Amino acid sequence: MGSQGGFYQSKEFLDLVKSIGEARSKAEEDRIVLGEIETLKRRISDPDIPKRKMKEYIIRLVYVEMLGHDASFGYIHAVKMTHDDSLLVKRTGYLAVTLFLNEDHDLIILIVNTIQKDLKSDNYLVVCTALNAVCKLINEETIPAVLPLVVELLAHPKEAVRKKAIMALHRFYQKSPSSVSHLVSNFRKRLCDNDPGVMGATLCPLFELITIDVNSYKDLVMSFVSILKQVTERRLPKAYDYHQMPAPFIQIKLLKILALLGSGDKQASENMYTVVGDIFRKCDSSSNIGNAVLYECICCVSSIYPNPKLLESAADAISRFLKSDSHNLKYMGIDALGRLIKISPEIAEQHQLAVIDCLEDPDDTLKRKTFELLYKMTKSTNVEVIVDRMIDYMISINDNHYKTEIASRCVELAEQFAPSNQWFIQTMNKVFAHAGDLVNTKVAHNLMRLIAEGFGEEDDTADSQLRSSAVESYLHILGEPKLPSVFLQVICWVLGEYGTADGRYSASYITGKLCDVAEAYSDDETVKAYAVTALMKIYAIEIAAGRKVDMLPECQALMEEFLASHSTDLQQRAYELQAVIGLDAHAVESIMPSDASCEDIEVDKALSFLNGYIQDSIEKGAQPYIPESERSGMLNISNFRNQDHHEASSHGLRFEAYELPNQTVQSRIPPASLASTELVPVPEPMYVRESYQTTIVPSASSDAGSTELKLRLDGVQKKWGRQTHSSATSTSSSTSQKTVNGITQVDGSNTSNSRTRETYDSRKQHVEVTPEKQKLAASLFGGSSKSEKKPATGHKIPKPSSHVVEKSHARKSSMEIASEKKASFQQPPDLLDFGEPTVKSAAPSVDPFKELEGLLEPTTQVASDENHGSTTAAAKSPDIMGLYTETHAGIYDKDDSDILSGLSNPPVTNMFGGTTSMQVAQSSKGPNLKDALEKDALVRQMGVTPSSPNPNLFKDLFG
Amino acid sequence: MIKAVMVMNTQGKTRLAKFYEYLPVEKQQELIRGVFAVLCSRAENVSNFIDAESIFGPDSRLVYKHFATLYFVFVFDSSENELAVLDLIQVFVETLDRCFKNVCELDVVFNYSKVHTILDEMIFGGQVVETSSSEIMKAVEEISKLEAASNAITLIPKSASGWRSR
Repeated sequence: MGSQGGFYQSKEFLDLVKSIGEARSKAEEDRIVLGEIETLKRRISDPDIPKRKMKEYIIRLVYVEMLGHDASFGYIHAVKMTHDDSLLVKRTGYLAVTLFLNEDHDLIILIVNTIQKDLKSDNYLVVCTALNAVCKLINEETIPAVLPLVVELLAHPKEAVRKKAIMALHRFYQKSPSSVSHLVSNFRKRLCDNDPGVMGATLCPLFELITIDVNSYKDLVMSFVSILKQVTERRLPKAYDYHQMPAPFIQIKLLKILALLGSGDKQASENMYTVVGDIFRKCDSSSNIGNAVLYECICCVSSIYPNPKLLESAADAISRFLKSDSHNLKYMGIDALGRLIKISPEIAEQHQLAVIDCLEDPDDTLKRKTFELLYKMTKSTNVEVIVDRMIDYMISINDNHYKTEIASRCVELAEQFAPSNQWFIQTMNKVFAHAGDLVNTKVAHNLMRLIAEGFGEEDDTADSQLRSSAVESYLHILGEPKLPSVFLQVICWVLGEYGTADGRYSASYITGKLCDVAEAYSDDETVKAYAVTALMKIYAIEIAAGRKVDMLPECQALMEEFLASHSTDLQQRAYELQAVIGLDAHAVESIMPSDASCEDIEVDKALSFLNGYIQDSIEKGAQPYIPESERSGMLNISNFRNQDHHEASSHGLRFEAYELPNQTVQSRIPPASLASTELVPVPEPMYVRESYQTTIVPSASSDAGSTELKLRLDGVQKKWGRQTHSSATSTSSSTSQKTVNGITQVDGSNTSNSRTRETYDSRKQHVEVTPEKQKLAASLFGGSSKSEKKPATGHKIPKPSSHVVEKSHARKSSMEIASEKKASFQQPPDLLDFGEPTVKSAAPSVDPFKELEGLLEPTTQVASDENHGSTTAAAKSPDIMGLYTETHAGIYDKDDSDILSGLSNPPVTNMFGGTTSMQVAQSSKGPNLKDALEKDALVRQMGVTPSSPNPNLFKDLFG
Repeated sequence: MIKAVMVMNTQGKTRLAKFYEYLPVEKQQELIRGVFAVLCSRAENVSNFIDAESIFGPDSRLVYKHFATLYFVFVFDSSENELAVLDLIQVFVETLDRCFKNVCELDVVFNYSKVHTILDEMIFGGQVVETSSSEIMKAVEEISKLEAASNAITLIPKSASGWRSR
């Protein structure tokens, strides 16, 4: 391994890192880096540097650029390194190039040739490196240059290459769907690759394709279901296990795909019910990855055609998430709840307290997710509480992006569900006052319209009440300093329209206020313009009502200022105001009718009021107007075309392209129709046949029969299953094993729960639900709409809910205890997993098992029984795996403690596993302690990590 | 798909940054700063997820994990699952740990190219290709072996010719 050698790469690089680490300020760091750049510039252009040095310089360049400095002077050298023969140098070159360049960079053209050459290399590592570069550096124009090579690699004997070739093809698809659309069938074909890793990789592009177009992939539902079934039945090689879960990442991708395919499709969904139900039962909810799969199951269940049983399992899983102590799980739980309530809204009620806890959690991410959930479950009964909460939160944060989002959500909810005008106006005021500059102006216009029109069907008194309450609240708010511009515009407009309407405020009072606004926000032209127009409206109303208008002195001063304003808009408004004031009541009435903002304005499109004028002109000898369509002499094209169509014997110009000769048309059709089935469709039909032959031969030999488009999944089944099982018997035996698994799992956890609960029950009484929370819960979740019922639900709720809480805590603490113990042993169902014959040193972990021996006994009994069954089945054929299991079963039968010691040796890969793996890890680290200390000393000396006291810097990884 | 992978220390110094969609250097720096600002304001014992839409635009999620002096940050879109990505970080760190024997921040700094190699074996063009730490190790070791071999062969005859001929 290069790590030891690489650690002291060179004195210079070490010094660079050291000095950057010691830099006190950004400026100092920049100075150091700039110095480094100068050095590199000088050195790198020296023609005589050995390659080793060159490689280091390039790495240093990459480092410099990562710190945010320009390293473009060295790009060309990185490009040159890709041409090198040495793999080490070439890889460094490619690494630098992928980090430095984008697909549209000028230098790319120099690399394409190298990439082409490397894609054809005999060394698969070179091919992989080139494929990696292809993903990053090839753009739409250069795709054709490498596409045939990449397609060829789909049949490469190495699965790592096939995997990457698929990913590269996927990348091409993302960059330019049209250039590879004829190759999409390759993804389907690779789905039944011999190697599960390649199959898993294929799921990525398929997921994307299915997202775009669900219907053309409905035929794959059964294939996906069968793959998922095989995965969950542990038919994949052990190497795909992760934390005792069979290929969880593949499961997740498959569930995502099924969710898409089953959405709104009853028939497709019915095929999925069994396998999804199985996963729900089998999933290990104690590990992170197990929960990831569970979460994906919930998403799938809430997306496909609903099935009551699955919904129940999903609800159970959600409640486990929400009751968990982990914030991550709570987050996922809230998210899942948000998905599920779309289908079964009643499920939210049982989790009300958990949701409220999340709402009050200090974790911002969780809080926001909860608001998202609340947004989804808002009804007219709980809108007040939810919007109030949202506004409170909105006020408390500084993140403008989220503030905008939550403000627009508040507005949307308020418009949709507002219980009363009063409340609506007040809510809007709050939103505008705190996030006014962030909300869309459209929202402001909506508000004005709403005030003008009222809520619709109701009588006029309600509307005028709404208006006067708006006016009142706005006059009140105007006293506050620094209001957002958008809000001020709304205020000015409303005061102008309705300020004096109900007679409670005099015109001079309102105009005075408006003048204050215009003066206070003198740098905001829009607000001033709104204010002037509002003033004009108020004066107009006064004049129309026959009252004498006397302008306030400050108002007059303001007008004089505006008359000389730089803004023409303001000037015009001021002049208009001046003119209106001079007019009589009748004229003003027709210019500015009161409360006419909602009247429809009729537009006289024929301009009939000009008729007299036209008549005069024509009489004086003017030409009458000829509409454009009737004007001759200036034929426009559309006109021309029409004629052309009518008169078939064409004598004019033809604007359509000439028809293509028949032959070419025909020859074009076959490749197009072939495209879907062809392995390597290429534009020219002649070429197709050749390349078809050349490429299809290797692929056909690599996976027999895949030349047909139809998937043959029975073949796949056999590839992954133990070879000895005939397909029928294998499925039946494995499912029976599963059910046993399920039962034993339930048994095991139940007994442990009940035992621990007895002992620890006394402890958890301390949790009580505060009345405040209960009230909140009631107002959020109380289903009925009648207000009298609210207190009743408020009283009712505490009983069951506190009960639930007690229970949950009981479970929680029992879980804690269990997890303490679990740290040292594997979950019961995993005991069945004899597959791995790795019995090494596991002595330290036996003790905790002894404690649990009684508890586990029935399980192991069943396990070994079951194992007998499977081994006898397997023993029929000379299968190596079968032999393994047989011998193991034999040993375990003899001695129970042997089983435990054997089983308690988890694979070392398991990091979460607990003490055993930790001990293994530590013991392997033991001799290294000195190394670690040395490293740390170096670290400190270099000032990279001055604050960290621990020598084993990553120790907490195992904690 | 995965949009970006970043490793930075608790003082905000970038240790590794890889963006799977091209971004100019300045933009990368800006994003890294934005991420760090959010990360250091997070309390302990809260979730590992952050709403990243304000930094990375719509449909982006961020998962981070804090190990000793380093933050490991993955940014991705809705086609991935948060908890699964959290485990992906775990796989990444486990692999680093196996590769460098008790990995520390300095290993990441000095073995910059190797860390990239590991990451490239895991994530390919923004998609997760490998999730088994031992498989990744196998691939990385094979590469190192071949690199060492090719280096030994070419050191003698090539060192003089290759670059002088330009």
